[in-house]
Amino acid sequence: MQRLEGLSKLTGAERYLDDEPLEGPLKGCLWGMTVRSPVSRGKITRITYGAGFDWSQFVVVEPSDIPGPNETYLIENDQPVLAPGYVRHMHEAVVLIAHQDRNLLRRAVASVRVDVAPEPPALDFRLTPRPDQIQRGSDNLLKKLQIRKGNIERGFAQAHKIVEGEYETGAQEHVYIEPNAMSAWIEDGPTGDVVVVRGSMQCPYYVLNALKHALKRDESRVRVIQSPTGGGFGGKEDYPSTIALHCALLTLKARRPVKIVYDRSEDMAATTKRHPSLVRHRTAVDQNGKMLAQHIEVILDGGAYVTLSPVVLSRGIIHAAGPYTCENVLIEGKAVLTNSVPYGAFRGFGAPQTIFAVERHMDRIAAALNLDPLQVRRVNLLKDGDTTSTQQVIKGGTDRHALLDQTLHIANYDAHKREAEKFNRTHPYLRRGVGVATVLHGAGFTGNGEVYLNSKVDVAGRPDGSLEVLAASTEMGQGTNTVFTKIAADAAGYDIADVFVGTPDTFRVPNSGPTVASRTVMVVGKLVERAIDELARQVGQNGSPLRGPALKSAIQAWHRANPESELKGRATYQPPPDVKFDDKNYIGDAYATFAWGVCVAAVEVDLRTAAVRVLDFVAAQDIGKVINPVLATGQVQGGVVQAIGWALTEEMKFKDGGMHNNTLTNYIIPTSDDVPSIRVHFHENPYPHGGGGAKGVGELPMDGPAPAILNAVAHATGADPRAIPLTPERLLPLLR
Amino acid sequence: MNVLMPTSLAEACTLCAKHPGVIPMAGATDLLVHWPLRQAEHDKSYLDLSKLSELRGVRWTADSLTLGALATYWDVLQDARIASVFPLLPDAARQVGAIQIQSRGTWAGNIANGSPAADGVPVLMAYDASVTLASAHGTRTVPLRSYYTGYRASVRKPDELIVSIEIPLVACDFAVFHKVGARKAQAITKVGLVITRLASGSQRWRVVASSVAATIKRCPTVEALLNTGTPLKAPADLSAAFAADVAPIDDIRSTADYRRTVLARLLFHSLQGVYDGAAAP
Repeated sequence: MQRLEGLSKLTGAERYLDDEPLEGPLKGCLWGMTVRSPVSRGKITRITYGAGFDWSQFVVVEPSDIPGPNETYLIENDQPVLAPGYVRHMHEAVVLIAHQDRNLLRRAVASVRVDVAPEPPALDFRLTPRPDQIQRGSDNLLKKLQIRKGNIERGFAQAHKIVEGEYETGAQEHVYIEPNAMSAWIEDGPTGDVVVVRGSMQCPYYVLNALKHALKRDESRVRVIQSPTGGGFGGKEDYPSTIALHCALLTLKARRPVKIVYDRSEDMAATTKRHPSLVRHRTAVDQNGKMLAQHIEVILDGGAYVTLSPVVLSRGIIHAAGPYTCENVLIEGKAVLTNSVPYGAFRGFGAPQTIFAVERHMDRIAAALNLDPLQVRRVNLLKDGDTTSTQQVIKGGTDRHALLDQTLHIANYDAHKREAEKFNRTHPYLRRGVGVATVLHGAGFTGNGEVYLNSKVDVAGRPDGSLEVLAASTEMGQGTNTVFTKIAADAAGYDIADVFVGTPDTFRVPNSGPTVASRTVMVVGKLVERAIDELARQVGQNGSPLRGPALKSAIQAWHRANPESELKGRATYQPPPDVKFDDKNYIGDAYATFAWGVCVAAVEVDLRTAAVRVLDFVAAQDIGKVINPVLATGQVQGGVVQAIGWALTEEMKFKDGGMHNNTLTNYIIPTSDDVPSIRVHFHENPYPHGGGGAKGVGELPMDGPAPAILNAVAHATGADPRAIPLTPERLLPLLR
Repeated sequence: MNVLMPTSLAEACTLCAKHPGVIPMAGATDLLVHWPLRQAEHDKSYLDLSKLSELRGVRWTADSLTLGALATYWDVLQDARIASVFPLLPDAARQVGAIQIQSRGTWAGNIANGSPAADGVPVLMAYDASVTLASAHGTRTVPLRSYYTGYRASVRKPDELIVSIEIPLVACDFAVFHKVGARKAQAITKVGLVITRLASGSQRWRVVASSVAATIKRCPTVEALLNTGTPLKAPADLSAAFAADVAPIDDIRSTADYRRTVLARLLFHSLQGVYDGAAAP
């Protein structure tokens, strides 16, 4: 099935919010902009509005204009909507200003001076904070979590060798093609005025909850609508709540529509990034490389507020032991406050960081024992019936050993390796190598998260017999609409032309949960199927489920009998049977299921410049049943490209605690010239509890490439790189 | 934004004299970067050169190639004779931005912008190009190697316009252009190196480095070392000479150490097989 909005995106006919004409509800709208903190930490002593502007012509919002609590509703409500006299990171929002003339507004915003009495910021999450840097509790910890299995001391006592290593990953910017953008206006409603917010977002109900909380309104007086969204990758999971609140506050004060569209540099400087990490491994192994004990310490830089760090940490530590089984495991995780922009959701959500560490560590265990890295993986790889670090019993029938062997075969691994070693003996300055990573990714919310979400999907049967899927799960370029259409058409026995997917609008769609965590196809797709069952049951006779033309006729007949009424089938999440997780002790089924993957990278290192080029890349994975091969392949290829950037070039540079290289000129994402052909292979093994038999695919592709590439660089050069991004400037000293 | 739109070079020179500080604008590819954020520059005056057809295109004479001030990278990429006589010009042109930039951006603009990371300037300098400047008082020609006086500073007076670039037709038997960027395309040069060797004479080597000094820089000490045939056993043998010619810094794109090391390695490896004094590592 062709992607529904593919042609309009290809031709540029699709409009993002910034491209839309200022018509309809946005007629006569004002532009909104943000005055931001110039320093990382301190008390605001004075705000001076520049001379030479007629400030009566501008709308200015300060914290006192917030009707409810000055809090951004999320896990903990510690992040203010506007800095309440105190700033905790560079570029934190201080004041909002709106005006109809965008250029005049830019000048006015630049004229505002925020004076801050600076206090010592905590800027390096790896260091123990000094007393004058403590801002939370006694230690600046945002969250601490632990997984314990067996007894690591027993494992270390039996060790043939103990291998240690420290691994670091950097911050990463999402670089969605459309920067954050939001609009707001006021409509009349039956119980009073309604603040309508429409913009680029992944999670309409997160935005709704944030608006309800800080604007002190119930859901009948706040409405959230998603506009066509140009990418998210997690960057539009929690941040849109902030910009939506800003837009709504300006519109409430101005009583006029307001639009805020971030410039790329503002978006890069002021919005969330991937959590930087430091992971320490200490592993006891026997002569064959079998792990007897894993002691893993995970530290994440959380930035200035809690935001999503506790759940990123949770996913990070659950994936930290890799797709391996080990009797004795201790994983200690902490997320640390620093005075940088809050780190947030980003494709993989903590797992790519910890998988980078464990997969690089597996190669280093092999080197320490003088074994083949593949052997070390094979003796530890999970088999069905084995348990993970949380003591989850792995089942589902995927043969991970076969997947590894098959991938090596597709990648021509042995030949690559032989040829590289031959090439390296003769070339004056180029070195080639191959590297492997074996990975897993838990799909859906962690632990009991899906139960707490209690997601709902409606499928409406319309008078003409067609179906409309009503869910809050958003299309942001990944193909939600196309896949929902296909899943619904298959479930109903319909032609795809008779299936529609409604625009996420909190006045129309139920809360199917956030569009995150590789959960849309697997979890929400299943709800789409079950909502159709429920709809078919309502119009069927004697409980027999109608399908195809019979269902269509029955829906038409129902509407003839019930004119002006709505016909909807609703499904609410039910966990698969026997899935149990103790979220206090981190024991049990951390995820209902895992997707599995193997990556093989072939690289070439130029010893003159220390530049790494990826020559060939194979990504093989079990993601259950593949619903749309083109879209799924695109997800994998896109994820690999994003991971190549994270591994090699995407370095966030800081100056005084703020992002310094906040332009696409100096923050280096790969171009098509920088990536090889990415060969994608699916090992299909339908998952009975996923929509259409699917497991999650969105995040898995981000997990394997960075360690596979660094393992290949180590093979090519004999160097031992352990930190990414492995820029030429970082690799050069390792090659000396 | 005040834009002056002359239709002849004479009129452009008159306007330059009348509006001190007016900014000449050809392809505008440097000017428009982050334009909405550069509000102060919206208030300045600009001299749009696009109507000056006499400055367009490339011309061959018996002993030189002339690039008009409006000649674009694309114009050069379209000229087969340039590709055979001055192959480094298309090599460099292909490395500037993307095709959209290559079709608008001009060689003269690249000189005028004065970036030490320019890609067009170093190849012109390695071919020993000169720059002709015009004002209401007449014209003068300056060798490109002595055009710059400091970071984004040059001998061009505020009322002068670059009208053409002349490249002498002198045979080279070796020419190479290296651009080290942070990625393979759409990158700003972190370290650049251009080497040409004249087919005959005693001062045959020309070495031009970019992104390692306040300006694009000819490297006379390195050239002298090569011209005297000093034996080279390793990149480090070039370090002292480069240290006399360039002064790399740490900045947002790279480090001084990286630039220094890579510059020497690039030159050393480029010389293998073409330089009598160079030994294989």
